[in-house]
Amino acid sequence: MPGKLKVKIVAGRHLPVMDRASDLTDAFVEVKFGNTTFKTDVYPKSLNPQWNSEWFKFEVDDEELQDEPLQITVLDHDTYSANDAIGKVYIDIDPLLYSEAATVISGWFPIYDTIHGIRGEINVVVKVDLFNDLNRFRQSSCGVKFFCTTSIPKCYRAVVIHGFVEELVVNEDPEYQWIDRIRTPRASNEARQRLISLMSGELQRKIGLKVLEMRGNAVVGYLQCFDLEGESGLVVRAIGTACTLDKLSNTSAFLPACNSPSKEMKEIPFNEDPNPNTYSSGPSTPLKNQTYSFSPSKSYSRQSSSSDTDLSLTPKTGMGSGSAGKEGGPFKTLLRQQTQSALEQREFPFFTLTTFPPGFLLHVGGVVSARSVKLLDRIHNPDEPETRDAWWAEIRQEIKSHAKALGCHAVVGYSESTSICEEVCILSASGTAAVLNPRFLQDGTMEGCLEQRIEEASPPGCGFCHIPYDELNMPFPAHLTYCYNCRKQKVPDVLFTTIDLPVEAIVVGKGCLIQARLCRLKKKAQAEANATSISNLLPFMEYEVHTQLMNKLKLRGMNALFGLRIQITVGENMLMGLASATGVYLAALPTPGGIQIAGKTPNDGTYEQHISHMQKKINDTIAKNKELYEINPPELPEEIIGSPIPEPRQRSRLLRSQSESSDEVTELDLSHGKKDAFVLEIDDTDAMEDVHSLLTDVPPPSGFYSCNTEIMPGINNWTPEIQMFTAVRVSRLSNINPTNQTLNKNFNDLCENLLKSLYFKLRSMVPCCLCHVNFTVALPEDELVQIAVTAVAITYDKNQALQANKAPTEKSQQRASTDNEEQLQFPLELSSDPLSSQPFSPAKEALEGASSHTGIPAAQRDRCNSWIELIKLKAQTIRRGSIKTTTSLEKASPLAEGYLRHRSVPSGTNSTVSVVKMTPLSFLPGAKITKYLGIINMFFIRETTSLREEGGVSGFLHAFIAEVFAMVRAHVAALGGNAVVSYIMKQCVFMENPNKNQAQCLINVSGDAVIFVRESELEALPVPAPTAQPAGSAGDVTT
Amino acid sequence: MSSDLDVFVGNTTLIDEEVYRLWLDGHSVAEAVARRLRGGVLEREGTSVAVLQSDTRDHYRTFQMLERLLHAPPRLLQQLLFQIPPERQALLVQRYYAFDEALARELLGKKLSKGTKKELDEVSARTGVGIRSCRRQFDNFKRVFKAVEELRGPLAENIQQLFLLPPALARDYAAIVFSGIWGLWERFWGFLGCPDPPFSSRDYAAIVFFANSRFETGKRRLQFLSFGDFAACAQSMMAHWSQGALAPEAADPDGDLPKSFLQDLKELKVLVSDKDLLDQHKSLVCSALRGKISVYNELEANFKALSRALVNVGGKLTHARDVRDFFVDLVEKVIEPCRSDKWSPGDLRLFLTHYTAAPRNLPGFRHQALWERYMAAISACLLRMYHD
Repeated sequence: MPGKLKVKIVAGRHLPVMDRASDLTDAFVEVKFGNTTFKTDVYPKSLNPQWNSEWFKFEVDDEELQDEPLQITVLDHDTYSANDAIGKVYIDIDPLLYSEAATVISGWFPIYDTIHGIRGEINVVVKVDLFNDLNRFRQSSCGVKFFCTTSIPKCYRAVVIHGFVEELVVNEDPEYQWIDRIRTPRASNEARQRLISLMSGELQRKIGLKVLEMRGNAVVGYLQCFDLEGESGLVVRAIGTACTLDKLSNTSAFLPACNSPSKEMKEIPFNEDPNPNTYSSGPSTPLKNQTYSFSPSKSYSRQSSSSDTDLSLTPKTGMGSGSAGKEGGPFKTLLRQQTQSALEQREFPFFTLTTFPPGFLLHVGGVVSARSVKLLDRIHNPDEPETRDAWWAEIRQEIKSHAKALGCHAVVGYSESTSICEEVCILSASGTAAVLNPRFLQDGTMEGCLEQRIEEASPPGCGFCHIPYDELNMPFPAHLTYCYNCRKQKVPDVLFTTIDLPVEAIVVGKGCLIQARLCRLKKKAQAEANATSISNLLPFMEYEVHTQLMNKLKLRGMNALFGLRIQITVGENMLMGLASATGVYLAALPTPGGIQIAGKTPNDGTYEQHISHMQKKINDTIAKNKELYEINPPELPEEIIGSPIPEPRQRSRLLRSQSESSDEVTELDLSHGKKDAFVLEIDDTDAMEDVHSLLTDVPPPSGFYSCNTEIMPGINNWTPEIQMFTAVRVSRLSNINPTNQTLNKNFNDLCENLLKSLYFKLRSMVPCCLCHVNFTVALPEDELVQIAVTAVAITYDKNQALQANKAPTEKSQQRASTDNEEQLQFPLELSSDPLSSQPFSPAKEALEGASSHTGIPAAQRDRCNSWIELIKLKAQTIRRGSIKTTTSLEKASPLAEGYLRHRSVPSGTNSTVSVVKMTPLSFLPGAKITKYLGIINMFFIRETTSLREEGGVSGFLHAFIAEVFAMVRAHVAALGGNAVVSYIMKQCVFMENPNKNQAQCLINVSGDAVIFVRESELEALPVPAPTAQPAGSAGDVTT
Repeated sequence: MSSDLDVFVGNTTLIDEEVYRLWLDGHSVAEAVARRLRGGVLEREGTSVAVLQSDTRDHYRTFQMLERLLHAPPRLLQQLLFQIPPERQALLVQRYYAFDEALARELLGKKLSKGTKKELDEVSARTGVGIRSCRRQFDNFKRVFKAVEELRGPLAENIQQLFLLPPALARDYAAIVFSGIWGLWERFWGFLGCPDPPFSSRDYAAIVFFANSRFETGKRRLQFLSFGDFAACAQSMMAHWSQGALAPEAADPDGDLPKSFLQDLKELKVLVSDKDLLDQHKSLVCSALRGKISVYNELEANFKALSRALVNVGGKLTHARDVRDFFVDLVEKVIEPCRSDKWSPGDLRLFLTHYTAAPRNLPGFRHQALWERYMAAISACLLRMYHD
């Protein structure tokens, strides 16, 4: 008997009138958990009943506690006929099941009815008494914490990051059961809501068990999704990253945490590591056997054997590279081997995190993605969801091998998604191939890093850009140059990733939201034929999306994309692709070249004129964008540019290396069909359209910036005002004979207008930035396109930005370091000149190996009749551009979000209404999260049979979204929280039938309930606000 | 490519003051967009008409959903559906219940009934207030009236006797004026941290006051009086004649004083019915004013008529039927004669001061306190009403 759930119904208010005769209601409440139901007394004739019930006690297994939601139903008592339901409240009691989260749920909850929406409120108190259960074979996983946040939560420290956990459960969809024909829509909706609630409880419990098996205690970056497969069933699946987290009791406690002598000894050989970009580490052992070994040789040998057998696809980066007597070489190799061995023992070395503790991410290879088209069939045995499991396993395997091809042993920023239309389903997975520091991946090793990091010179913020793959055996054609920051390692000229910009990255100017949009018509077809045609279209779409992204990136004068998310949506007669990412200019990468336009008929005079006109427009746009986003990488004096070999002791001066070619030379890019990547050939009207569409993206109005990452690169002085919003648009593509071009234009306009409309709505917040802009596209019907956007607008202080820019770099460096310490809980000492202590080494690794990897391999196979699969690697394509030198730290614009913690926040007017903030970000500007209260994961259905009366589709959905927000806020407030972070609307399925005056909508949201404290209210904060100081005296902020 | 569905929902509900104003004024979305266009928002923000339309529709939808809550402002504070900062909530309520004086003037003295509502078309045409806005404001008056009419307070009886209204109405009335509207609204504003509401609950009290007492305000004679005039008059009457009522905690719960007050007003008739007193009163006033006012001769000639009018107005207040004529009497018998004799407002003020003060020196007049209390309100009303 491991748990006792106690529930008390206190009161109701603003109930609807249920008895027309008296204009009053005789309300009572049913409290149900599992199969037990309690009832309150009837409180007669009141719209504000005071039940003040006894404590209803449920004695249940903890397994049941995890799976079941508490169900509270408010009814109107009727003597003569059946009691009428007023509405329900589902309460997920999971947050009460682990000790550090909430202890009680108490507050006003909106009473929700799937037909009428919110109808009054009810005050409920819920408590759980948990008894210790030592049963080893238990099926529950109480105590495992879940976080939606895709970084280590702010008041925790990651002891170990174990890795990928996934699970899925399937069931029949109640909406498609035979009984649905005879029951009311309300009953059907409620059955669905309850089922999904149950399934997600079960899923969470199962994932929890896996985490316990891995000896973790938390799941970070937990993402749960529903696949409404219609007739074939309902799939609830989740992925996450298992971690062992340690709660930080307070900020000062973390510093002297680990001084065990054995650890220091262990670090000794590595402290001599001359390569600043390589994090030396304790020896690593494969995680699988959970033993801990201090012997480097042991793990070394294990590595070599496993790599020989497993890594058939991977170009060998280590073993025998020898690297011409460079000191860094062997160590680096060793490190890589160790990490690889640790990771390769796992089935999937994936991480759903997008932001990492400093030093975790060593190198980034590029985006890897895989897609597969499947035909859905009925899930015959819900207890054995093997088919769906197998589908995902295949895709993950594909991702893993792509990562290997990029010389990476891990995938970070990993996510999975589906798009379903009738019986066809596209499964997609994507992530960023990366090389990780093994230290974080094993028990006991994290602590060692703390002291070590103090001794080490910190990386100059370019390490992650250095290529992880072998230069001579590149998996795809790329142009490499020496890093513009450290000049020691090779970097690609463009970098695409799905993760957030690392905190330590050095960025020039500001970032911006870049989107590629694409429509492709498809013939209506059935089953296999349909799947085949989709499979055939996918590679073209990927290619085009990629080209668009690349061109738009260049148009903005930037060289890297973060937070890349490519969504392919399947509809009856078309496919839509929408890629969103945040473009930035990384100081470590070369300056991108311009875009050249070439015509096919050079003899036509007017045509030439037209071409040159277009060319001019493009050049103007690039220039304008550079100004807009403040991209002005410092130029180096001529003589230095000309010098091919850097002087050995020279530091913070960046030089052109031999391998670079002059600006004028164009190179072939194999991945683009032997066409120069920069040259857009205008050979027909289609291409003309493409060029036009490039230029149609209107930059946001002045005072606005936008990005789809957590924080906007280049802005660091957020003020506490935030506005989270959801906007949904459904448009009808009215063309009778649509072509790809017109569709593209329509889709493009739709997105651009939506953005414009957002800017207009939020104009009162200027200067502000739209962060975490998340577009989702759905094709609910033949000619309908639905776009949902969730984002948060954050204001920032313009004046302060200027000040910060003017402040000497040294100071900002130091400031950045304090920020890092506090915010990420790892001390990170950035010396003002980290390179000075390092002997210069060009680190040209002459690695050998023989990999014959071609660009963008697309594996396309037919497996069996029932489904057709297409998996395609979208390797990161890298091209060359004109080269300009840049500087190192001098122009660093540290985008520490921690900056904002220094801002003194004017304490807002205290209102009696409890305000709950919501944000898709993992933090709140100007505030400190003091406690995580648990995960919020809610699923709602709303239906109407009086669509016109409720204000049409817009009125209906507007009210519903507002209701969802209200219910999320109420749950957070009842947990004692005042904000939801990492909020995400995972699903918004809208269906209408205007002829029948009906509509239905399903919304699924999740996030982390937290308590935050305004920094202005944190008196104990030792760091004085730099705002109070003149710009010149900011040097003493490091306390 | 047309947008069938287009919504924007913020965690904090966005309120655009300009659009709210347009919505309150009863403009349709198309009209509102046209007006916003004329306001030059397009040029300022560099956006498109489609964006403006979508934005306006969004706001209108929000307001329509909010309207239900605005009907019971305390609910707006408790509801969970819209997260609105307190100062914005205050703004919403304040603007929603603000009214056009021209409209209020039209509605003065009318029953807040369905019949009146049907006449709003004409009212709208006369006042230039949009019909939708008229209806909303009418409903506001009615709602406030209805909300407070069921409230009870210890002063109800006092008012009933003071104004001789039918008992039930008078009770409701008192509740409205003193504990109802005043209390409710001021408590509400206090709660919102806005102690000085920019529109006055007093105005509402005045409206309800008139709606109940059915003062005749619609006669041609009274057309020159504005809503503000009537509201001010109602306030002075409430302030002076039912004193204590405005500060209910200080009031005598038995309400003896006001009850006798109305009855006692009849005692004042002695000032005009007793010839000696009338003559002495006249000579006292005349000697005090000689040389001080420009219309001395006219005053001397008309004193008796004026005095009779002033005293009789009070005497008639015990009769429900005559209460209707209160303002008509004041205008017909005091203001119009003075105006035809070209009294300046200063003259009137001086006259009223001395006219009120003089009986102190009248031998045998024992109702000095009553007289001054009565005249305080009458003087305030007259001075307020004495304009073109």
